[in-house]
Amino acid sequence: MKFLTTNFLKCPVKTCDTSNDNFPLQYNGEKCQLIQDESIEFNPEFLLNILDRIDWAAIIIVARDLGNKSLPPTKPSFSPELSDDDLIVLRDLHTLLLQTSIVDGEMKCKNCGHIYFIKNSIPNLLLPPHLA
Amino acid sequence: MSASQIGKKQYLVYLAQVHINFRRAELESLADICGLNDLDFSNYKEDSPFFIVELDNDTQAKEWIKRSILSRAIYEYWGEGKDLTELHQSIKFGTNIEHYKDLYKNDSFKFEFESYRGSNKKVNRISQIETFSYLAFKGKINMKSPDQVYTLIEVFEPVSDNEPSTTPSHMYFGRRVQISDRSSADVFDLKKRPYKGTTSFEAELSLISANIAQVKPGSIMYDPFAGTGSFLCAGGHYGALVIGSDIDGRMIRGKGAQHDISSNFKYYGDTDKFLDVMTMDFTHNSLRNSLGIDTILCDPPYGIRESIKVLGAKDPERFVGKENVEIDGQKAYLLRDYIPTKKPISLDLLLDSLLQFASERLPINGRLAFWMPTANDENIETLVPLHKNLELKYNCVQSFNKWSRRLLVYINRGKDYNGPTNSGLQRSTADFRERYFKNFN
Repeated sequence: MKFLTTNFLKCPVKTCDTSNDNFPLQYNGEKCQLIQDESIEFNPEFLLNILDRIDWAAIIIVARDLGNKSLPPTKPSFSPELSDDDLIVLRDLHTLLLQTSIVDGEMKCKNCGHIYFIKNSIPNLLLPPHLA
Repeated sequence: MSASQIGKKQYLVYLAQVHINFRRAELESLADICGLNDLDFSNYKEDSPFFIVELDNDTQAKEWIKRSILSRAIYEYWGEGKDLTELHQSIKFGTNIEHYKDLYKNDSFKFEFESYRGSNKKVNRISQIETFSYLAFKGKINMKSPDQVYTLIEVFEPVSDNEPSTTPSHMYFGRRVQISDRSSADVFDLKKRPYKGTTSFEAELSLISANIAQVKPGSIMYDPFAGTGSFLCAGGHYGALVIGSDIDGRMIRGKGAQHDISSNFKYYGDTDKFLDVMTMDFTHNSLRNSLGIDTILCDPPYGIRESIKVLGAKDPERFVGKENVEIDGQKAYLLRDYIPTKKPISLDLLLDSLLQFASERLPINGRLAFWMPTANDENIETLVPLHKNLELKYNCVQSFNKWSRRLLVYINRGKDYNGPTNSGLQRSTADFRERYFKNFN
């Protein structure tokens, strides 16, 4: 499961929708095993489009869960004509968002406390009957 | 005379004579993506692969046809006739011919030949090309990378079903502007795909579906019934970031690192387009509400291989208090290997929730496209699900012997649309699965 996906996933329990704590999920840094796949192509224009969809505050929180405290407090912005510096930042974002993934680990809803597992890079968001 | 002075020009679209029920929908949807809103379809005929249309310029023609699967190519139209003599007359008296001759006179070029429903084996192509000498091209002939390609399309009328004609009955001539994306149907052919399954959707119609659904570069596409990821591959090919989910983890897991959905994206060179697939019940969705989903494209389960299921207990009484069960001091439902129970749901209800989800998540004018099967022998009209915020734009039928399936395409028009709805009604007369196995009798 790619780091970017953590920015899209909330707790699926319906009653948690009324809470502000169902997103992002809380990642257990000790149990999450990360890998980097450098074969994933870098496509700056494509990444720029995707950045529009990102909730930056949640990126910072999850990065911290996973031991990365070096992210800037606000979402990086870019000039229309990408400068060399812009490209360096975009490449770093590419490495974090698309090349880094959680192969195995746990994530928890901060509202209901339910735990979801990631196995073989695939998150499992199924619910037991009392939460469904 | 500059191009802007000649106004609109005629173009010839050479279409594939297959999947006719999807062809115009694809042409219209792609035209809409590139802002061609006033395209005149009055020359379009279902029984003909030739469609002459007016456009402003080559850029429009290229943008329109470059990702089409049901077109072969688009040409700047120079003329047509029942034989070479008539063709040459048509070219010589064409409105723009002097302009075209002047514009391309110094470009390198080559001639190519296409034929429809037959082939002209005996003809000497060199002497045929020489009959075009009045065009007075001064550029070099370049077979590998010419500036311009001129195409002669010969049309044959077969003598009978099994006797092809060897003399063309009609011909078109034009300058090639853009080849379509039709060759991708072959590139994405399931035979060559590293990971596939019994439910994988055929390549050609997956790509056509993505075109009619208007999957756009840099957008987000979601398939809530991803299975082996056929539509994800098609969406990634057209440049969207694709997300898939499925309640059945077995399909999306695949069979090891070389045989899973992500290995297909490696194979097609689209690794950056694939986000993730997740094990999830689409009716208990985990995609955050604020995430914009531009397109939803899917083939929902129709319960042919197994019944349709969502999360929850079929018999709730049996599960009363089960949340308190502990194993080795830990809640059982919080264990890593816990498998939640599932309950059956009717197809009508599942599709109702799909339409509802689309109405909540798609942007205005965003599209939901999905496949739905029906039996052919029912004498009653198939009831297609409708939602008050969604306009049913296309209902494209693919017929088989005893059943058919249709691609339903909806556009989100928002709260003020107030279209007809049949949500909550039982629309299907009988269980499709049961009838499928009883051979529809």
